[in-house]
Amino acid sequence: MKKIKALSATGNLSTGFREETLVSAVQQGAHFIGCDAGTTDSGPYYLGSGKPRGPRDGTKRNLRIMIREALNARIPVIIGSAGHAGGTPHLNWTLDIVRELARENSWHFKLASIDSEIPKNLLAAAFREGRITPLCPAPDLQETSIHQAERFVAMMGIEPIQCALNSGAQVVIAGRCSDVAIYAALPVLEGIPKHIAFHAGKILECGSAAVAQRFYPDCMAAELDQDGFTMEPPNPTFRCTPQSIAAHNLYENSDPFHLIESGGTVDTTSAKYEAISDRAVRVTGARFIPAEKYTVKIEGAALAGYRSIVVAGIRDPLILRQLDTFLGGLRTVLERKIADSLKLNPGDYTLQFRVYGANGSLGQLEPCPHVEGHEVGLIFDVVAASQSLAQDILPIVWHTGLHHPIPEHQGLISNLAFPFSPPGADMGPVYRFCANHVWHLDDPCKPFRMTLENL
Amino acid sequence: MRELWQFTKLIRSKNAGPFELTFDIMFKDENCFREVMASGKLSPELIAQLYKVNLKQVKFFVIESLLTVKISIPRPVFSGDVGDTDVYGGQFHGPLVQLQVETG
Repeated sequence: MKKIKALSATGNLSTGFREETLVSAVQQGAHFIGCDAGTTDSGPYYLGSGKPRGPRDGTKRNLRIMIREALNARIPVIIGSAGHAGGTPHLNWTLDIVRELARENSWHFKLASIDSEIPKNLLAAAFREGRITPLCPAPDLQETSIHQAERFVAMMGIEPIQCALNSGAQVVIAGRCSDVAIYAALPVLEGIPKHIAFHAGKILECGSAAVAQRFYPDCMAAELDQDGFTMEPPNPTFRCTPQSIAAHNLYENSDPFHLIESGGTVDTTSAKYEAISDRAVRVTGARFIPAEKYTVKIEGAALAGYRSIVVAGIRDPLILRQLDTFLGGLRTVLERKIADSLKLNPGDYTLQFRVYGANGSLGQLEPCPHVEGHEVGLIFDVVAASQSLAQDILPIVWHTGLHHPIPEHQGLISNLAFPFSPPGADMGPVYRFCANHVWHLDDPCKPFRMTLENL
Repeated sequence: MRELWQFTKLIRSKNAGPFELTFDIMFKDENCFREVMASGKLSPELIAQLYKVNLKQVKFFVIESLLTVKISIPRPVFSGDVGDTDVYGGQFHGPLVQLQVETG
């Protein structure tokens, strides 16, 4: 019976792993090395701006070890969600590192890149044909908002990766990609049933996060066969337990038992997790429910404005005991001043007082929004249509706030403790996620553009 | 009267994608799990009230085999949007930690 050993280098390509763990795991007979490089967890900035998140040197170190070991063992490397957001600039950033490594080390191999950025006119055409439908909850997406957005990616399933592997690619760099697909593509190609390959993929995607106690980021491995799969961390100091594996199913999912992927849903309601040693867990019993229609998820980011901020502390107890009134009064004064000086209405910009020590972390959901401690941290947060406009508004805000009066002190007061000179900084463009939709496809590979390159 | 964290080994919140928040509450042992569930305090109604969402939007899963309660709700502000306060959604569980639980 054919067995496939899947090796997950780590939970995120920029996080890293121990070199000795990866080397020994490959020597123990891994059939491929996978690694996820992206997520939407860090917010819309990376997709919107086209910038990668990871440090270049760290990413290069990790790719160097993975590709070197894979070439030695003649097994493929599969990277998903390249450069964090998986758009064309993120893909190119990653490909540049791979080509540089090949040059520096005189490596020769076939490289496949799969671009998942979707041109806006293509997406708008699909929208007109009714092929783009919202998930719940979803931002309102219209043809005009598609054209106004900065960038869209589609999240590929297993099929484009399988196409790259079938073309003989030894290193596959994929744009935005389902985490699970990175690990399910090759096993399914080799005849492992989907319910097993997809369930194993879900556990593998975070690297060593599924162990009982993760002391540091590292590799994870699974052996898949026709009946189930066995999880065993290649790092001998880590352990998997039935609890740690089953609990990992919950992580970052809204539903603990139904994992929706392109092409179908993995139902783990009846899954069984059994310890087969003090470090290894056998998993069986998931089901794969094929989707009626094949869809891929669409992610998009649109420019929301430009941000400038000031950080300040307030320590005066007389201000703190009336902070809401103080800030409310300040806002009224500011709106007038900004209108007078810059001819801007409150609807032309956003001004947020973020009060740490009251409701900075939870905002409107904070059940105890009043100051109880002896000081607060304050962020004056301005978002406007251009950076220069935000820069113009900011000094009005902090300088007015600095001297805004309270009745208990008669005479000019300075209310804000600024730790920095200058007190503020430009935060650059602000983006917002503008799509949580699916695209109904006839061909799972069609919107994804594969390029093969012999290095 | 005890607080919820005294019954649990983990209470966490996190994004489940940029548009939803998910909470995992894992209990120390079967006893703790049963006591809290029997108290009726931890319920979809409580979550709807605490997080100001419609009851119909609360996904509430009781996973006995893992001694875990998992809850998912829509985000009040999408992750990273102009008014967001917690891009990763990692601190929204705060108000649940000291939830007062009355046990018989």
